[in-house]
Amino acid sequence: MLQTLEVSPETIEKEKHYREMGLSDQEYQSIVRILGRRPNFTETGIFSVMWSEHCSYKTSKPLLRKFPTEGQQVIQGPGEGAGIVDIGDGQAVAFKIESHNHPSAVEPYQGAATGVGGIIRDIFSMGARPIASLNSLRFGPLTTGRVKYLFDEVIHGIAGYGNCVGVPTVGGEIQFDACYEGNPLVNAMCVGLIDQKDIQKGIAAGLGNTVLYVGSKTGRDGIHGATFASEDLTEDSESKRSNVQVGDPFMEKLLIEACLEAIKSDALVGMQDMGAAGLTSSASEMASKAGMGMEMNLDLIPQREANMTAYEMMLSESQERMLLVVEKGREQEITSIFEKYQLEAVAVGQVTDDKQFRLLHQGKVVCDIPVDSLAEDAPVYNKPSQVPAYYEKFQAMPVYYPKVTNHGEVLEQLLAQPTIASKEYVYDQYDSMVQANTVVAPGSDAAVVRIRGYDKAIAITTDCNARYIYLDPEVGGKIAVAEAARNIVASGAQPLALTDGLNFGNPDKPENFWQMEKSVEGMAAASLALNTPVISGNVSLYNESNGQSIFPTPIVGMVGLHQSTKDITTSHFKEAGDVIILIGETQPEFGGSELQNLLENQYYGQAPSIDLAIEQKHQTQLLSAIQKGLVKSAHDLSEGGLAVALAESLFSTKQLGADVQLTGDATTLLFSESQSRFLITVASADKERVLTEIEDAVSIGTVTETADLKITINDNMIISKPVTVLESRWKGAILCLLKSKV
Amino acid sequence: MKFAVIVFPGSNCDRDMYYAAKDALGAEAEFVWYQNSSLEGYDAILLPGGFSYGDYLRCGAIASTSEIVKSLHREADRGTPILGVCNGFQILLESGLLPGALLRNKALKFLCHHENLVVRNNQTLFTSEYEKGQMISIPIAHGEGNYFCDPTTLAQLKANNQIVFTYQNNPNGSVEDIAGIVNEKGNVLGMMPHPERATEAILGSEDGLNLFKSMLVNWRESYVTNA
Repeated sequence: MLQTLEVSPETIEKEKHYREMGLSDQEYQSIVRILGRRPNFTETGIFSVMWSEHCSYKTSKPLLRKFPTEGQQVIQGPGEGAGIVDIGDGQAVAFKIESHNHPSAVEPYQGAATGVGGIIRDIFSMGARPIASLNSLRFGPLTTGRVKYLFDEVIHGIAGYGNCVGVPTVGGEIQFDACYEGNPLVNAMCVGLIDQKDIQKGIAAGLGNTVLYVGSKTGRDGIHGATFASEDLTEDSESKRSNVQVGDPFMEKLLIEACLEAIKSDALVGMQDMGAAGLTSSASEMASKAGMGMEMNLDLIPQREANMTAYEMMLSESQERMLLVVEKGREQEITSIFEKYQLEAVAVGQVTDDKQFRLLHQGKVVCDIPVDSLAEDAPVYNKPSQVPAYYEKFQAMPVYYPKVTNHGEVLEQLLAQPTIASKEYVYDQYDSMVQANTVVAPGSDAAVVRIRGYDKAIAITTDCNARYIYLDPEVGGKIAVAEAARNIVASGAQPLALTDGLNFGNPDKPENFWQMEKSVEGMAAASLALNTPVISGNVSLYNESNGQSIFPTPIVGMVGLHQSTKDITTSHFKEAGDVIILIGETQPEFGGSELQNLLENQYYGQAPSIDLAIEQKHQTQLLSAIQKGLVKSAHDLSEGGLAVALAESLFSTKQLGADVQLTGDATTLLFSESQSRFLITVASADKERVLTEIEDAVSIGTVTETADLKITINDNMIISKPVTVLESRWKGAILCLLKSKV
Repeated sequence: MKFAVIVFPGSNCDRDMYYAAKDALGAEAEFVWYQNSSLEGYDAILLPGGFSYGDYLRCGAIASTSEIVKSLHREADRGTPILGVCNGFQILLESGLLPGALLRNKALKFLCHHENLVVRNNQTLFTSEYEKGQMISIPIAHGEGNYFCDPTTLAQLKANNQIVFTYQNNPNGSVEDIAGIVNEKGNVLGMMPHPERATEAILGSEDGLNLFKSMLVNWRESYVTNA
């Protein structure tokens, strides 16, 4: 491969080459001020990646400050590789979500694979053993060859990496909307288990300590990946294919085992993975966090290709690399661990006390930058924000009410909508059971992984209904957090904390910035109300293709704790004769609903409303009933409303049906997407007690031995369908779309 | 009874296997790193699933060249029970300890879910605690589990009663629905499904536990006989 052509500091300024690296004129001028001279080519590249949105959060920082980040359960909030929460018994879980959207748009297999690899490294760099992965995916409609290709290859990429590395992929969600057609979203979440005493930090402390490079060699792949992630996707993006990194899950597996052995040694001072902006960000952040400086000799960096320049080495995003800081004189204790796994572990530099980030290459100083200016002095922008015209129009509209004549047929159609339909085609390709701890595999409200050796488990979910957020970012933001917590509670766990994967369009457009601002405010309010602080996250902006922004999609990854494995509850009905109970009120709320999508093929009007006090009450009361052993199944009501939830609760049961009687407006009762609702079943003997303990709960029917879904409204039979008919529509929909000719 | 769990670079079901032997069965178990050359002192050997050497070249091919495989041959000759699951099965085939090969699944996709298996032969060291013809639910998780062998080998497998497990609904295209086979001598079992993932009710099935119990029971009997 050709070497990057380098130009002189003077030419960089004169011909404004810094712009190609993503720096503005103003940013370039501040760099000149910081250095007291013009930056050379390598330094310009280093500033440009560290000051990219992906690394510096320069646009989103003012918004992220709004999130509550503290709580009794929080051990580590935002700022490290991952956040950490207490799960008792001296144990904790570390978790984080991260996006890999732009790489996946141009090279879906490797984009998704390295997304999984990157987030797993964030977890074990904290010293935690990765125990579960989830993926939150968004695609355009499965009607074009390109979208089908993206869909299949993203899944292959996740499977190819996740299965090999031995971390079970236990869940996540996939939604389809036209706005994601050119810019799919691939957000990967990983959860790790750690003994609190083993928690590691990414710091380069201790003057003279040794900087150790471990893992894969550095190549020319992924150069400027962080900058690529911080611009719009255009037709030119195809030429960025070489910006996408290539993953090696086998190498990652060896790294996991070696690093988790290394953390047991007190010779290890700090550890961080080389993720976005590779060696540059890991090294400078570790030094900056410790209040120290760092000097590295780039001649010592293990290199995969000949004649690599300093610029290329510092900006490469080659995968499966870690940076360790080790006590001087004790390097051998750590390198011998890596040797066992036949991994390279090379001393490349040392910690200094002059707070400079100094790099030597072929006998010359190629970089000498105040280290804090990279990690901490990145500019912060308060972007202008403006209420979009569409929002004002939607708010002024009369309440949308859909016309439905044949409710049974509409239910079948809803079940076949790709967003609702079974994702078995996808989950079957993921190893969801390796490590032998998966209690609830993909397909239920939340995945459940037991903690071996204890009578406890954790529940994990990702959620975000972006349609509501598009219609009303603040309300939609609240709903995203509330729905995630609802899924955790339905599985029988206490929600603990969340990680946010904020995916938005170009923030330079004031309307987009307003969406960001409002959705973050909504999420912050719900996090506070439900006591689920934000402990980690990721921001992905510029998700646009050919000028069109995605719906604002701030994905919520949430973790909860089952105090006992007895509390683990799944969504499907258990036994004939059980009583079906609906918790929560139903209003005619169809703005942003799956029914609106089905009937109108667009979204408009108002998002469903949400009252956080009511949400919190329903969650607390349901969880308490579950912990008392009163609840046999629980399911949260989301896309498609009650009718879809009833049908889903009957799938994969052994030949059960349901007989439901309701009073009121059929379309609203069956398909409204009103919030804060659950569908539960209880033994008939416990019915009265549950109805007393949970306010706003009403008995609506019974589980039957005949496998039919029968719904009577105002004494008229509105739906009567064999479960097998409904299930086959639901199960076959995605495969059917994939197979149909374009 | 003491089990060895051989760990190759890239093995990822090693811990699952270890816990199945230790916690679910209540036996002793130790990890043995692939660079060790000896397998002395173990009553049975477990080759776990995973992606040894990243499945590069061919699944199990690189692992089969490691030093420990020589000891594995010695132990097989001595009659020590050896169980290879998933990638462990692939390694046994590549090492020549079992006949045949594993091809990519017929749909060319990785598959992970519970499958019903039929116990075809309960007269082995590994299956004596099952009933003949018993249906058991065991998870599969593989991309290359499509068992293949030539007609002569197949005839031999049948004649010697070496087909131990078959799938009720063949998920991957395996010849004659084969899910697991033993060697002629009966002390080396290779199978694609993961019995170690089905040893506790909380994980959805305990049907795999009897496989490990069979090994324990038969070890006890041989111990008594030899003593």
